[in-house]
Amino acid sequence: MNLLDIRNLSLAIHGTPILHDVSLTLEAGRILGVIGESGSGKSMTAFSTMQLLPQGAEPTGQILLDGQDILTRTERDMCSVRGREIGMVFQEPMTALNPLKRIGDQVAETITQHERVPRRTAMERAAEALRRAELPPEKFPMSRFPHELSGGQRQRVVIAMAIALRPRLLIADEPTTALDVTTQAQILALLKKLVREEGMGLMMISHDLAVVADMADEIAIMQKGRVVETGPAETLFREMQHPYSKALLAASTHAPERGAEVAETPLLEVRKVRRSYALPAKTPFGARREIEAVKGVSFTLKRGESLGLVGESGCGKSTLTRAILGLEEVQSGEIALAGAPVFTGHKPNPEVRRKMQVVFQDPYGSFNPRHRVARLVAEPFHLLPDTPRAERDRAVAEALEAVGLSAADGAKYIHEFSGGQRQRIAIARALITRPELILLDEAVSALDVQVRAQILDLLADLSDRFGLSYLFISHDLSVVRSITDRVLVMKSGEIVEEGPTEQVFDSPQHPYTQALVAAAPVLPDDVAA
Amino acid sequence: MLRFTLTRLLSLCLSLAVASVVIFAAIEVLPGDPASIMLGVNAQPDTLAALRAELGLDQPMAARYLDWIGGLLRGDFGISYTYRTPVVEMIGDRLAVSLPLALFSLALTIVIAFPVGIWAAARRGSVADVAIMGLTQLGVAIPNFWFAMLMVLVFAINLQWFSAGGFAGWDAGLFPALKSLTLPAIALALPQASILARVMRSALLDTLSEDFIRTARAKGLSRREALWRHALRNALIPVLTIIGMQFSFLLAGGIIIENVFYLPGLGRLIFQAISARDLIVVESVVMLLVFAVIVVNFLVELAYAAVDPRLRAR
Repeated sequence: MNLLDIRNLSLAIHGTPILHDVSLTLEAGRILGVIGESGSGKSMTAFSTMQLLPQGAEPTGQILLDGQDILTRTERDMCSVRGREIGMVFQEPMTALNPLKRIGDQVAETITQHERVPRRTAMERAAEALRRAELPPEKFPMSRFPHELSGGQRQRVVIAMAIALRPRLLIADEPTTALDVTTQAQILALLKKLVREEGMGLMMISHDLAVVADMADEIAIMQKGRVVETGPAETLFREMQHPYSKALLAASTHAPERGAEVAETPLLEVRKVRRSYALPAKTPFGARREIEAVKGVSFTLKRGESLGLVGESGCGKSTLTRAILGLEEVQSGEIALAGAPVFTGHKPNPEVRRKMQVVFQDPYGSFNPRHRVARLVAEPFHLLPDTPRAERDRAVAEALEAVGLSAADGAKYIHEFSGGQRQRIAIARALITRPELILLDEAVSALDVQVRAQILDLLADLSDRFGLSYLFISHDLSVVRSITDRVLVMKSGEIVEEGPTEQVFDSPQHPYTQALVAAAPVLPDDVAA
Repeated sequence: MLRFTLTRLLSLCLSLAVASVVIFAAIEVLPGDPASIMLGVNAQPDTLAALRAELGLDQPMAARYLDWIGGLLRGDFGISYTYRTPVVEMIGDRLAVSLPLALFSLALTIVIAFPVGIWAAARRGSVADVAIMGLTQLGVAIPNFWFAMLMVLVFAINLQWFSAGGFAGWDAGLFPALKSLTLPAIALALPQASILARVMRSALLDTLSEDFIRTARAKGLSRREALWRHALRNALIPVLTIIGMQFSFLLAGGIIIENVFYLPGLGRLIFQAISARDLIVVESVVMLLVFAVIVVNFLVELAYAAVDPRLRAR
């Protein structure tokens, strides 16, 4: 008998159909990878299995856990199933823990919730669970609060909570999406080990084909609430039939065609830039401490070039980005665009600022929701000397058309657009002043693979047409690999390796680059080719 | 936590110093001479001169400020011009009414608002929730003096459970004193409880949609357990902020209610002092209220830190 047997699961929320006839099976000790884009219903399948659905949800069909149908159980019954028979790990470790409770207590709560044991026993077992999640209390005391841990460490706490009672089924919903690549590799290895050693079944949900390909025994691909293809992981990628599966695979290995010529003239010059921040003193009258975020970084970006900057969170790449944009002054060093300094005196140089624009990661948070798109796109015009209204309108229309939208979209509000369209609008906003350099700060990280592929194509096309240069800042090595000519690898405020992208990724020299490349999940060779 | 307390204490002292300068300066910049303002336009020159000497107006400004501050620190607030009694005694008498009244109505506010807010949040969208929200809307909208008079009509005149006004005094015993404060406290608490219940509800609803509540549910906690064990404490920060503001308001803001119930409280004192142009009393009472507000804010910040470990590190 299968551990988990989902049969013809359909789900509607307030009458809107979400899932259609989803059927999946998972055996104990195996890993089922569920792949799909946002809105494909993969998370809703997981929440149906937990019976943690939003109000107004009406599931039909069967979800058999060890032959027992979960859908017929009462809410009270489910409270004894959740945490004891099914454990769940979530996407966002930063917000998945109660910020006001100590981690030991939060893990112990799983135990005390289901078993009548003295507090001391519960704490001992919580310590054991944390050890199994490789966050030993000897090194990370259980009295810590979540904010005293990093993202990866918090995710280990969530995992410890989920496995404390050794459930037979573990559901992991995008467990590593918010983490750095080396942390991701560690968490994935941990999950794999737990499955093998403890005989749990793992339902692993991800949008990332490579992550799932590395881990899963079986793979299911979902689209618009349906399972379109299932099969064993070894053969699925090679023998996939469904056009959607093929499109998904093509998109995730997509490398845009680029024809722009790289000139030899430097466009952006960064010379020995240092930036440190003051930390609050430990005692009211003690000496202030300093943390050096960028330690003497130098590089040159040539005209027409697409340069990648990779590094994990906290490496200083955001600080460097803000310095280049002239948002913050640096302590020493020079930053110049086409020979002109970004900072003149203590003020940003508007003349330079106009030639440089930025696109941020979050297509939802980086627009004022109360302005129409035309006004949002026209915003950088304040950097230019007065522009007549008619010319401004024409420029907005041109920019919107350049990114594949229509001039009429300018009259709409931002909530009327999808994530990918919003990112196009962000690019239109960046194009409006006819800049020479665009900084792309994790600009495609929040997008689904197919949308990501389209945006990468768009960027390559715009670079050809307008002679744009890009500084592509990302933690996602595969994206950087597909769109950049040259790459800088940054660690602890320093650039540890730099060179042509292919060369750096194929034969990394610095141990850190080697670790990064090794940690990045990849699709099987014969598939990616 | 100690560092947090010390820095907050330091900022409390600084705020008080700044406030004292502002209050002193405000009285100073009143056009004309405080003595002639207090005595009115028809004052005799010799009375005026006497008052000027009494107020120390013949001294330089810095000396007068230091004199005033020194007096405040020693507990000597000066002599009221209209009543010819030490200001500190007057304030003491009034505070004996206003402080218990503020605490009483704040206690009522919390006792009403917490259960109501939590109950409404736990049953979001239900008939009970809609009804409670409608009632709290009404509670905010009804003028409290009108509600006070209504209560006097019902409980004092018709049912004769309470007296219609006046204060029995603490000498009469705890129960009679509290009894005479009960109707005013309810009248003051009603709009405050309505506000606080709404804040409690919306803070709880915000917290209930957080990711860690889902985590708690995935551990096997029921909806109710997740609310009590995880959501409530996280929702307290905005609630504490409002409670702090409400206490400051209740201490001084009860002028109308004090008038309705003939209570000799701080609000009436400051009202009378302003009418009588008794600047010494005005200055002292305002300084006292500022002191109360700043101390309450300090306590609220300590409460924040007690609730949230992330704030202790700062």
